[in-house]
Amino acid sequence: MPVIEIAGKQVHVNEEGFLTEYDEWSEDIAKVLAQQIDVDLTDEHWKVINFLRDDYKTEGESATTRRVQTVGGIPVKQQFVLFPKKPAKKMAYIAGLPKPKGCV
Amino acid sequence: MTTSPNIIPNFDSGNPDRTLAIICSKGNLDMAYPGLILANAALGEGVTTHLFFTFWGFDLITKSRMNNLQFSPAGNTALHLPGHDGHIPQAMAPAMTGMATKMLKQQIAAIGVPEVPDFLDQIAAAGGHLWGCRLSADMNKLTMSDLRDDVEDIISASDFIEMTDGAQLLFI
Repeated sequence: MPVIEIAGKQVHVNEEGFLTEYDEWSEDIAKVLAQQIDVDLTDEHWKVINFLRDDYKTEGESATTRRVQTVGGIPVKQQFVLFPKKPAKKMAYIAGLPKPKGCV
Repeated sequence: MTTSPNIIPNFDSGNPDRTLAIICSKGNLDMAYPGLILANAALGEGVTTHLFFTFWGFDLITKSRMNNLQFSPAGNTALHLPGHDGHIPQAMAPAMTGMATKMLKQQIAAIGVPEVPDFLDQIAAAGGHLWGCRLSADMNKLTMSDLRDDVEDIISASDFIEMTDGAQLLFI
């Protein structure tokens, strides 16, 4: 696994650039990750990211858009506005988590 | 640790004009799902997605029917009870629709997959386009007011073919 430097910190990532170590993530890193994929973080984005982080801690896998709606309370429509085109992957990337595995 | 050059995922890879057209022609509960799962996945990948509901698939978008789709083991020799390899005798299958429907709904719910109307809500919210088939509407004597509010229109097969020029097409 490559090690890259983000926001002055060395972090482990996979071949696509997703962080692989949950505890290496920080809000400063998230800001850089978001900027790299042209997402301007607002409070609404942080609500999603914080949900994903907390949910991963208990579930051990990244929430799908479905789960972010039903458990996190952020409607799918809003997720597509916040993270255009590929919400599930983009929000997981910024939250320092793997791509979701679930189909739905 | 040796630091590598930065790696940024390319979320814009792939054809930005990719379009998927899914023809949903089945109204059985089990056969409602493949099209919806694929539509949802495609939308999540930024693919423009159209669903055309025709023949029995028209039930998926018909308000009076969409909550009561059924699943029957009759004619499906691949059906096993969950977690078992044994087959259900076909002679028994016709009488099992109610139980099989209930069991399938429980299994679907258990893995966090929504019921069909709820799933279509999500697909529409993700930008999916829902279309009703003109012939199916006429045969069933149904109009737009009988269909889900997010169905964009009732259109002919020709309209759908014209609209999905260049799209990848799935018939389910």
